[in-house]
Amino acid sequence: MNAPVSSFTPGTLVETSAASVSAAMPCTRLSLRARGDLAPFEAALGLSLGGHIGSRSSSDALEAMRLGPDEWILHSRHGDVSGVVAEMAALYDSHPHSLVDVTGREVTLVIEGARAAELLTLGCPRNIDTIQPGAGRRTAFDGVTVVLWRDGESSFRMDVWNSFAPHVYELLAIGCRELAAERH
Amino acid sequence: MLLIHCPYCNETLPEAEFTYAGQAHIVRAEDPSSQSDDQWEEFLFIRANVKGPHYERWRHFHGCGRYFNAVRDTVSDKFLTTYEAGAPRPDLASLTEGQK
Ligand SMILES: [Zn+2]
Repeated sequence: MNAPVSSFTPGTLVETSAASVSAAMPCTRLSLRARGDLAPFEAALGLSLGGHIGSRSSSDALEAMRLGPDEWILHSRHGDVSGVVAEMAALYDSHPHSLVDVTGREVTLVIEGARAAELLTLGCPRNIDTIQPGAGRRTAFDGVTVVLWRDGESSFRMDVWNSFAPHVYELLAIGCRELAAERH
Repeated sequence: MLLIHCPYCNETLPEAEFTYAGQAHIVRAEDPSSQSDDQWEEFLFIRANVKGPHYERWRHFHGCGRYFNAVRDTVSDKFLTTYEAGAPRPDLASLTEGQK
């Protein structure tokens, strides 16, 4: 039945004339919960946290999205986040917060192609057009909580918890083939 | 499908992103050991079962993750308002006025 998650090797998983789905290269993932004055955290992380829910910011090392009023997800493609983690830990006494490494929790699917946004409507109840390129949201895809990064009009990344990933991928793959088979 | 306004995201979104979480404004006693069995029963189990505008909790589960409060008419299923958790209970008269 469902292939084990470890079978997602980075690279293209399905590609049709409508869209393609690939497994992204692994990255380090940190979950941040913080309240109150965000400035010390912004200084330690080197990026801004203050935007509206769904807004993103980045530094050389990190990419962040605000998921909720006091919650952010941070990605690092370059592996070593020990410096940032140490700087944040030094803040802990004066600014209590939670910074947890959740790297092993999820995988990222890259969804691209002319009809990528339409493909997402197969599983997303919300209007994809309300997510601007350069922003993102935590939302639902076929009942599964996912974090959607919109990198361009037709370029998305979707973070999916490991146990849901085979199901989400299968549905996206069916969608890719179905959209490509449509006659206009 | 219902459309629900999340007061934290400030967006009106499909019900499928939300979960229902029961009646709102039920406050746990400051000093739990002062409560009689009847008071505990009231707190834990007794709910209003309103026909009409109902103060209730929702959670933006597949989204910002926050619990918030709403006033929903249980007859028409229409939301009169939603507001952040911890905010005072909105006055019903001010909400139903715009509905007439
Ligand atoms: Zn929300």
